[in-house]
Amino acid sequence: MTAAASDARSVIVRGIVLTTLGLLGVAAVMVLALWFTPVEATQGPAQKIFYVHVPAAFTALWMAVPATAFAGLLYLWLHDPRLDRFAAASAEVSLVFCLVVLVTGPIWARPIWGAWWTWDGRLTLTLFLFFLLLGYQTMRAAIRDPVERARFSAVLGAMGLVLVPFIHLSVYLWRGLHPKPIVLKPSDPSLPPEMLHTLLYGIGAAVILYVGLVTLAYGIQLAQDLREAADAR
Amino acid sequence: MGNLLRLAVVLAGKDLRLELRTRTSIVSAAVFAALVLIVFNFARDPTAVATIDLAPSVLWVTIAFASVLAMNRGFLVERENAAFDGLLLAPVPREALYLGKFLANFAFVVLVEAIALPLFVLFFNLDIAHALGGLVLTMLLATMGFVAVGTIFSAMVVKTRFAELMLPVLLLPFMVPPLILAVKTSVPLFSGRPLSEVVDGLRFLAIYDIVFITLALLLFPAVVDE
Amino acid sequence: MVAATGLTRRYGAVRALEGVDLTLTPGEVLLVLGPNGAGKSTLLRTLAGLLRPSAGTVMVGGQLLAPDAHDARRAIGLLSHQSLLYDELTLLENLVFTARLYHLPDPTGRSLAALAAQGLAERAADRPRSLSRGMQQRAAIARALIHDPALLLLDEPFTGLDAVAGDRLRALLASHTGGQRAMVIVTHHASEAWALATRVGVLVRGRWALEGPRPASLEEFQHRYNEVAVG
Repeated sequence: MTAAASDARSVIVRGIVLTTLGLLGVAAVMVLALWFTPVEATQGPAQKIFYVHVPAAFTALWMAVPATAFAGLLYLWLHDPRLDRFAAASAEVSLVFCLVVLVTGPIWARPIWGAWWTWDGRLTLTLFLFFLLLGYQTMRAAIRDPVERARFSAVLGAMGLVLVPFIHLSVYLWRGLHPKPIVLKPSDPSLPPEMLHTLLYGIGAAVILYVGLVTLAYGIQLAQDLREAADAR
Repeated sequence: MGNLLRLAVVLAGKDLRLELRTRTSIVSAAVFAALVLIVFNFARDPTAVATIDLAPSVLWVTIAFASVLAMNRGFLVERENAAFDGLLLAPVPREALYLGKFLANFAFVVLVEAIALPLFVLFFNLDIAHALGGLVLTMLLATMGFVAVGTIFSAMVVKTRFAELMLPVLLLPFMVPPLILAVKTSVPLFSGRPLSEVVDGLRFLAIYDIVFITLALLLFPAVVDE
Repeated sequence: MVAATGLTRRYGAVRALEGVDLTLTPGEVLLVLGPNGAGKSTLLRTLAGLLRPSAGTVMVGGQLLAPDAHDARRAIGLLSHQSLLYDELTLLENLVFTARLYHLPDPTGRSLAALAAQGLAERAADRPRSLSRGMQQRAAIARALIHDPALLLLDEPFTGLDAVAGDRLRALLASHTGGQRAMVIVTHHASEAWALATRVGVLVRGRWALEGPRPASLEEFQHRYNEVAVG
């Protein structure tokens, strides 16, 4: 195995380790949430899904998507393929996290609001993010030349990032409401300490999971790029 | 600056001349708009929902989809003629290339809208003469938003497989904010409210336009220069 | 006229060009040969300013070639596989458009003169697709020369031309070399443009395997070519 290929392999291994840690962390948080955190007064046990939903939303919106966009912009400046690889990996993981948000959202909403989907501002924004990321992946899959793929992904990422605040504002306008800040906390103004702690652990686990999955995705892409370069010779 | 505009006009002129010779974009988009309006008409129950309530949505959905169709040709015409290199070789600032395409696309879409709007009024039997000024202004501003993003995306998708399918997939999320704003502005106008009441919406549309035209100008060289 | 130093074009592990140097003064003609995938088109497109090198620079007429280097671009003409002509515009319209892009005075007059120089004056109102391959080539040449570029780049210009058209092209190029023009001709067969060349280069895997003044004997050169390029 060449030096570069073994580099790819070690990245993949690191990715698997971190992902496993992250998944264990998420499982631990779920246990914590179900058995050791008080039940929320007005929403009942259904609220517990919040400890998965909010960390996923936070990680997707504030870490994964900006990482993709900024890595892309850096690529346009530095032309380093590693930046593109990272942006693509982050985008894939963002897609997964968005899906988690979009699935847990309705599960949370149904017992509380009586409807699966209420066009809630934050969920709608996540829906848009999901489609932007889907478009990003679809476009990448349709471009064969890696240099073009990297450039176009960077452009799409930058434009998507600027779009997000416009979506946020126009969705709230559409509902006739004032824009709410997208905060960690749900509609109630303050969280009792045990719930806050569980939430923070949840976010920590989600971040570790994100880093693990991105590392894994990066490693897999690196291995594939090396294979393609070897085939081209 | 003067040279930039001169070149943009030369480029847009070329595209307009090409389009007038082949008429593919404008005719397909106009026919499409007419068909969508007809389908909408048959897809509703006139006794259940008042026309005036549905009207702005119908109009804007039609315009949105017809715009995507009109912009589809975009840079495809350069690829088909294998002429894009000629534009890049020349001492033409990349911003001028974008502006030229933007102007041409804008002209195409406005032409389609000019055909769709009278049809809309006809099919839906609406009296919107009082709202015409405000409506036209809204259409122009929203169209600028659609075209600002559509132009740069069409430069990208022309190099992908399934170019014509890729454009709507990438573009539609970007069309939603101007769409929401356009509908939000049209509803009061249709109901006879004065223009002064919808000024905020128009201002927001203008902000969207300025932001995305600027962004597209900044990013366009990264798309076309290899 | 054109000076390229250390031209490199790479992405990750793939190297299309690696440290290519090249200098041409007005009147010189460089022939570029090499096996498929050697980087000949990449080199030509980089010299034309259509590709940005990962490293190295291209200077044309003393100006650094960059997207906004308008004077440098004005000095470059390209004849490539693509005709760069619009099928739905007449030859005259195509050339007037090009003249306007290059901000030339009297676009219509220049265009008619450029067409006449290629013997296409009577076809000015025709569209490219109604012309034969040889005539299309001549229309493309008219377009490439309309702004009187000091550097002319040609990408396999003899492909698809019959013997008569090929001779005509050779004569045309020969008539342009005496003056102030420098040329780079990418070709598959050295014999196609041997008489025109003043320098010859063989590109293999992105690098010069051979580069220098044109040798006296074509057969001798073919021999050396086979040594470096094949196997």
